[in-house]
Order: sequence, then structure tokens, then C-alpha cells
Amino acid sequence: MSEIKAGGQKEVALECRELHKHLGEGETRVHVLRGVSLKLYRGEVSAIVGPSGCGKSTLLYLLGLLDLQDSGSISIQGEEVPPKNDGEHTRIRGENVGFVFQFHFLLPEFSAMENVILPMRKLGRLNPKEMKSRAHALLNEVGLGDKTHRLPSQLSGGEQQRVAIARSLANTPGVLLADEPTGNLDVKNSLMVFESLTRLAKEKGQAVLIVTHNPDLAKKCDRILRMQDGQFT
Amino acid sequence: MSPTIRIAIRFLLAKKRSMLMSLTGIVFGVGFFISTQAQLSGYQELFIETILGTDGAIRIEDRIQDPNVFVAASTKKNTSTNFFITDKNNRRFVEGIEHPDSVIEAISELENFEAASPVIKGSIQLQSPLRKDNGQIYGIMVDEHIAVSALEDQIQLGSIEDFRGSPMGIIMGHKMAARLDVTVGDSIIIRAVDQQQRYRIAAIFETGVSDIDKTRVFMHLSAARSLLKKPNGVSFIQVSIYDRDRAIVDAEVIERVTKHFSAPWQEREKSWMQLFKTLQVSAAITVSTIIIISGLGMFSTLFMIVMDKTREIAILRSMGYTRNDISNIFLWQGVIVLICGTILGCGIGYLITFAISYLPMPLSGIFATEYFVVNSTAWHYVQAVIAAIIIVMIACFAPSRKAGKLVPGDVIRGTAA
Repeated sequence: MSEIKAGGQKEVALECRELHKHLGEGETRVHVLRGVSLKLYRGEVSAIVGPSGCGKSTLLYLLGLLDLQDSGSISIQGEEVPPKNDGEHTRIRGENVGFVFQFHFLLPEFSAMENVILPMRKLGRLNPKEMKSRAHALLNEVGLGDKTHRLPSQLSGGEQQRVAIARSLANTPGVLLADEPTGNLDVKNSLMVFESLTRLAKEKGQAVLIVTHNPDLAKKCDRILRMQDGQFT
Repeated sequence: MSPTIRIAIRFLLAKKRSMLMSLTGIVFGVGFFISTQAQLSGYQELFIETILGTDGAIRIEDRIQDPNVFVAASTKKNTSTNFFITDKNNRRFVEGIEHPDSVIEAISELENFEAASPVIKGSIQLQSPLRKDNGQIYGIMVDEHIAVSALEDQIQLGSIEDFRGSPMGIIMGHKMAARLDVTVGDSIIIRAVDQQQRYRIAAIFETGVSDIDKTRVFMHLSAARSLLKKPNGVSFIQVSIYDRDRAIVDAEVIERVTKHFSAPWQEREKSWMQLFKTLQVSAAITVSTIIIISGLGMFSTLFMIVMDKTREIAILRSMGYTRNDISNIFLWQGVIVLICGTILGCGIGYLITFAISYLPMPLSGIFATEYFVVNSTAWHYVQAVIAAIIIVMIACFAPSRKAGKLVPGDVIRGTAA
């Protein structure tokens, strides 16, 4: 079961009901998620903790529409996600969901600013000048305002992850999903990245769900969801 | 610029070396395609020009026999019997054209008609002071024949004016003149049927076609009538037309209207034209293999990029890029290489063709030339570009499809196939 640190009636940004997911084939087939239900609220930072292989990341990918559930339903920003419609999943994901992964996954051929602009270009809501201005503002907010034109290879691991955070916020998504965002960083950088992520999300009223192994970071979140064997405990 | 093109360019630049190899292949493939087609087309064009300049676009010959009319062989002493010839359609022909003026009047109504020249043809024997030789006499009307042939331009020694002003003058092929060891101004004896006459060589011509240059002799129509004892009619009418490509259609019309067998140049030289076509197709296939090899190189490079970029593909998908967007990124890479390759290839093709046209390559037999003959047309460029488009698009299809099919969750989880 979930632990609630800060209560109150809040707007639901994402809701899933009775999610089931199997992975693998034949004898190696595993029931990874066993009827998981969850609500994420705007302006709230939630953490999922649990042992390796308990289904945390799988749940995150299902919530981010990067994978398909076997059964169950998901709604994002009040919109019911149609099952098995890749085009709709892509649209909803582009408009409402931001991702931060353990490995930053920046495109190495593009500068920090260009990486942040990539989601904006796809969504096409802003003109090129506005895109640049917004990317610059986001990079400023994560403390990289003076390194906007650097390639990922010219940035440290922590800096790269902060670029990834800026990128995840580019289209002002209602939901931010982070899979071990600090798993690859030292303590100092972990704190910096976590602080950037939670501060920006709270300022912009986004629902944040972080999968982490780090108990110290989890404790800093508004809510901790403990998971074991594909279920919340 | 669309985001997919922007990403495609960056991905492409990251694999500069591999893509440069594919690009080079396409450039040279397209270039060689254009230059080989230009060469073959050049020789074909020269051949056509040569046959049009010697035998004309259409030749009207024997009269088609009316099947309802019975013609008996002549029994009178001073008249000849007409021989019947049967063609593959079982039509019967009466040799020669009895009323050439009527035929010319009828065909001059054709929109494509340019000029016509009646010709009497016959076998002769030539006797120079030193040697004898056999040949073919062509009795012509000078102005009419110049209008349907390139005879005036083919004259090497002497002049058409000398011939015009000399009733007993002849124009002889240069190979025949060499064999008989005679030149302009010399006299020779020509024998035909049962008489002989002395003629003066007014000019010597060269068509480049060996068979013509060593057998053909032109003389005035009236002189030929006298020599061959053909007071009426002609052997054939040589016709020139404005649009040579309409010769087949016009020949059919002429045949229907005049009831005389008409042979367009395409039919007369069918075997040569088929040979040229075969050579062109063969060269196109051979040169296309260069583009195919480049396409294979591009296929493997794009596949490597897809395998190399699975995480980037997954993150792009997570940002809202659709399957089609991802496929398009890889298709665009192919298109960019294709555009650069075909533009550069067309330039290289033009330069090679231009350079080749200055290469010395003396040749005679079915035509005469001193240099490589090229005839570059826009169609050669279009063909080369179409070949490159087909091959590159096939090479890009599978990698781009694979990229579009990647499931981002599987990639990030590390279980993507």
C-alpha cells in the first residue's frame, strides 16, 4: 500500500486500474504485474521502491505507454487511453508524458539545446524562436544555461541527466516518469538531479513518479509506493 | 526543416565514411550509366544518320499485284516479262514502279513528306585501264536525290557541280575507286545488259558504309535508262520525311495509297536496330550493378545505424515520434544520399561523356567516324536517376521498416530483437 506524506484533495493526472503484464515466452513466461492500480496527482512526487525484478520499471513503461499491458486500463489527464492503438499512444505520450531514464539517452549528435528542442519540434506548438527561448529557459533552470551548445559528450554524467530532465519537461507534460534517474550518478549529482526534477515538477504542477533504489531519495518524495512480486504492498 | 530530416542528416553525418562509400558508388554508377548510354546512343544515331543519308527514310519499291488481275508472260520479242515476287504475307509484287510521277504526286500530299527521288538501279561491270569490278548503278536526278540524301556532303573528291554539268559523268564510291585505281577526271567503261559506254568520273564519295562505298555508282537518270535499257518507270523512289520516327506509319499509308511496297528505315535496318537496343540494355544492366553494390553498402550501413541507435529510437518514440517518423528518419538518409549521388552522378556523367567525345576512335564499315561518337539525351539522365531511385529505395526499405517496428519498452528493458 502507499504511504501518503502530504494529503489533501488533488487533481488526478494519471490513473491505472488492474494492470496485468506478463514477460517472456513459454517456460520463462513471468507474471510481472498482478493487478496494479494507482493514481498520480498533479504537483505530487511519488516514488516506487522495491527489489529488482518486482515490476517497477515495467509499470513505469506501461504508464508511459511505451509498452502494452495484457489487461487493465490507463487514463492520462482524464483521457482514457485506448488499448493497442499505437498512433494514439504516441500522441498522448508526446502531449502529456515526460520521461527521464537511468541512462540519459541524449542524442549524441545534437547539442544540449537541440536535445531539449527535439520534443518541441515534434509537437509543433511553438515557433523556432519560442522553442529556442523555452529550451534555454529550461536549461537555465537545471543550471546549464551556459552549456546549451555543448554536445552530450562534452557534459558530465550529472549534467547530461539534467539535460534529460529539461528535455522531459519541454512540452510541459502533465505526468513525469523517471526510471532510476539518479542510479548512474554520485551522491552530489544525485541530489542535484533529484532537486531539479522535483522542484520543477512542483512549480509546474506536474505529477512525478520516480522508480528508485535509493531510500534516501524516496524519503524526500511526497508518497512512497512499495512494490513486491508485481503488486503494491 | 522537418524534425525527421534534421535527425536524418545528423545520423548520416555520424556515419560519414560508410555513407561516403555508398555515395561514391551511386555517383559513379549514375555517371557511367549516362556515359555508356550516350556512347551507344551516339553510334546508333550516327548509324541512323548514315542510312538516312544514303538510302533515305522510306523506299518505295515494287507494285503490289492486284489478285484479281491475271498477267501473262510476254511473248513479244521487244517487251519484257514482269516477274512476280511473293512476300511473307503471300502478296505478289510486280518489280519496279511504272508511273513514278503519279506515285510522287500522291505521296507529296503527306504532311510528313519532305522530298522524293526516283532511282533506276541495275547491275553493271566496270572496266578501268587496269582492273575490272562489279557494281550497282543508281540512275538519279541530281537535285531530287540531293534533297533525299547526304550525297553532296559525302563527296570527298570532285564536286556535285561537275557531275551536274557532265551528262556522261558518274559519282563513284571511294573503295571502288581505290580497287579500280581511278580518280576524278579518269574515264572508265561500264557494261550492262548487252552494251557498254565510256563515262568520266566527276566525283568520289564516302558514306562510311563499306558495302555502299565499294559497289555503288551514281549516274544521271537518262544515262542509266539508256545503259540499262529501261525507257519507262524506275526501280524505286527514295523518300525523305521531316519526322523520321513516323516512317513506319507513313510507309503504311504510302503502301495503302500507292499500292507499292514501302520499306521504312526501321524495317530495312531491323537487325542493326535490335543489336543496338540489345547493347544498350546490356550496358544498362552491367552499369546498374555498380549502383546495386552501392545499394547493398547502404543497406548494411543503415542496418548498422538502426542497431546502433535503438536507444535513440526508443527515446524519440518516448517523446512522441511515431513509427512512421522513425521509418522516415532512415528513409530520408537514403533520400539524401540518393539526391547527392544522382546530382553528382549526373555531373560526372556529363563530364565523362564530354571527355569521351574528344577521344580519337577511327572507325568505318557501317559508318565512318574519327572520334568517339556520343549522343547524350535527357532520357539517359532520367533512366540513370530512376535506376538509382529504385535501388536505393529498396536498400532503405528494410532498415527503415525495422527501425519503425522497434518497441521502445523492449529497447529500454533490453529485450528488443
